[in-house]
Amino acid sequence: MDHSLTQKTGNFSEWLIEKLLFLAGVSSILIISLIFVFLFKEAIQFFRTGTPMDLIGKWVYDPWEGKTVFKMMWQSVSEVPKYSLIPLFCGSFLVAFPATVISAVLGIGCAIYLAEIASPKVREGLKPTLELLAGIPSVVTGFVMLAVIATFFQNLFNTKFRLNAFVGAVGVSLAVLPIMITIAEDAMRAVPKELRDASCALGATKWQTIWRTVLPTAVSGISAGVILGFGRALGETMIVLMATGNAALVTGNVFSSVRTMTANIAAELGSVAQGSEHYYALFLVGAVLFTFTFVLNLFSEIVLTRMRQKLRM
Amino acid sequence: MAQAIPLRISQLIKPQACLEDIFLDILVRVFAFIPIGALSFVLFMIIQKGAGTITWQFLTQSPLDGMTHGGIFPCIFGTLAITLLMILMALPLGVAAAIYLVEFAGQGLFFRVTRAAVNNLAGVPSIVFGLFGVGFFILFIGRNLDKVIQTGLLFGQPCMLWAAATLAVLVLPVIIVSTEEALNTVPQSQRSASLALGATKWQTIWNVVLPQARGGILTGAILSISRGAGETAPILFTGCAYFLPRLPVVKLWGVVPMINPFDQFMELSYHIFIMATQSLDAVKTLPIQYGTTLVLIALTFLLNLTAVLFRIHFRKQMGTAGVQ
Repeated sequence: MDHSLTQKTGNFSEWLIEKLLFLAGVSSILIISLIFVFLFKEAIQFFRTGTPMDLIGKWVYDPWEGKTVFKMMWQSVSEVPKYSLIPLFCGSFLVAFPATVISAVLGIGCAIYLAEIASPKVREGLKPTLELLAGIPSVVTGFVMLAVIATFFQNLFNTKFRLNAFVGAVGVSLAVLPIMITIAEDAMRAVPKELRDASCALGATKWQTIWRTVLPTAVSGISAGVILGFGRALGETMIVLMATGNAALVTGNVFSSVRTMTANIAAELGSVAQGSEHYYALFLVGAVLFTFTFVLNLFSEIVLTRMRQKLRM
Repeated sequence: MAQAIPLRISQLIKPQACLEDIFLDILVRVFAFIPIGALSFVLFMIIQKGAGTITWQFLTQSPLDGMTHGGIFPCIFGTLAITLLMILMALPLGVAAAIYLVEFAGQGLFFRVTRAAVNNLAGVPSIVFGLFGVGFFILFIGRNLDKVIQTGLLFGQPCMLWAAATLAVLVLPVIIVSTEEALNTVPQSQRSASLALGATKWQTIWNVVLPQARGGILTGAILSISRGAGETAPILFTGCAYFLPRLPVVKLWGVVPMINPFDQFMELSYHIFIMATQSLDAVKTLPIQYGTTLVLIALTFLLNLTAVLFRIHFRKQMGTAGVQ
């Protein structure tokens, strides 16, 4: 239907309302740009006093060994403040990677059940449960991990630290699980019914159809969900702040205490003088984190759009 | 052609299930049970350990003796106050943005860029919103307002106004997406009918489209209130107080009590965080921690449940309307 036939002309209030709505419409573009500008505006000032090399490590004199050694540490309160991002990267990765693996395995399994096996009734019951799970505040998940699960895991795996990257990863995977399931299920349900019918007509069992027809067709959508989940896991703050022990170590051990980028900002920004090198260093960490998640989000967005276009044709 | 076949082929042919299939069938059922199990475990744990703490005193008193005794009333008040301020800021902006996107923007480049911006905003880490709140709201807008209107240090400090603004930015995508969804369920034919009767575009939106989308918009608002009430990281540096002996209330003209947006405040989720990690004696205050968690999760869980039930009801209503 062509609405231009019935359009009124020369109505000032209509024009004004449309312009006001337009302003609201650009608000989200404006906000994301402002976040960009203000994070980087503060972050870039770190380089007035620091060098890019400081972000990797610093040569400092070690009185114990009696010589200068190269130290990769985040040590903001010290005679020689050190702002190496390496331990924070280690921490973020050691939490986000296991969390993504756990929630991807569980999430894809759950999505297969929801999309291919469950009856409509079961699905109607499960979907709201997922929403309620997604609605648990992260500080509550963090608290449960800290107060209950951490001790349980320490006894189970016999680890040195009660709070470690693995405890954080399990908590984060709970927070990421709902979005992972939702996207993976959407991707599988977008696979045309005809493909399943063709596979069954050739004599394949239900699971052969799922393995060889549904999953390969939905793989781009599922991987977009995993990428998005990884981004969310990197950005999770309260759970890791409460459950990972907050020790900035360069380590590859998931059962060691770690400090992630997010937890580092949350733990230190409250007690820092505005305009100091430390303050700018924290904004720099924020800018790096924002860049990571922005790229991951954008990437999965592109993959999802491509998939939708392909399946519509 | 496919519609002519009464049964799906996959329903006609039933190959014999092998052991591997049975195993996988059971495995995904176990996987599907895990979200339910996790949800029940968290709820059960907190109700079991927190229920004993919940008394009338706990809900109506201030914390006492260095926060080792007493209640959490200031936190409950702070949470309600900040979510109220937040929704007052976010709802008009989000709904207006969604109206523009659905009714005016078309499907062109502008629509796609905004779509990407909204999705990206939803994925920004919550701590980054906290940094943004400090860098933009407090230091840029606040400090410059103070300079321009000579108010001393009023706007340029952490307070409820900026904490609410930061949360409003965080929940904006939730409101935009659910409003858009609601607007899209209103049939195009009704818009055409209204326009054909001589209504202007805005009259059509105001009188025909919005009343029908009310349910969906309300669902989005409830979801975002629950989200805002549960977030901690964005308000860590934008206005939360460890302990505040008074409520953030100001008396207008000395009589009418009103939320004071220029005051700091205590908040439920922040209270849980500091009690669990920075309290003087974390073991002794454990009952307070569980009690506070129970209050917070009861609040968010009830809000979410309302939204979920509301949406199911709303979708059913739209479904039957479509049939008639």
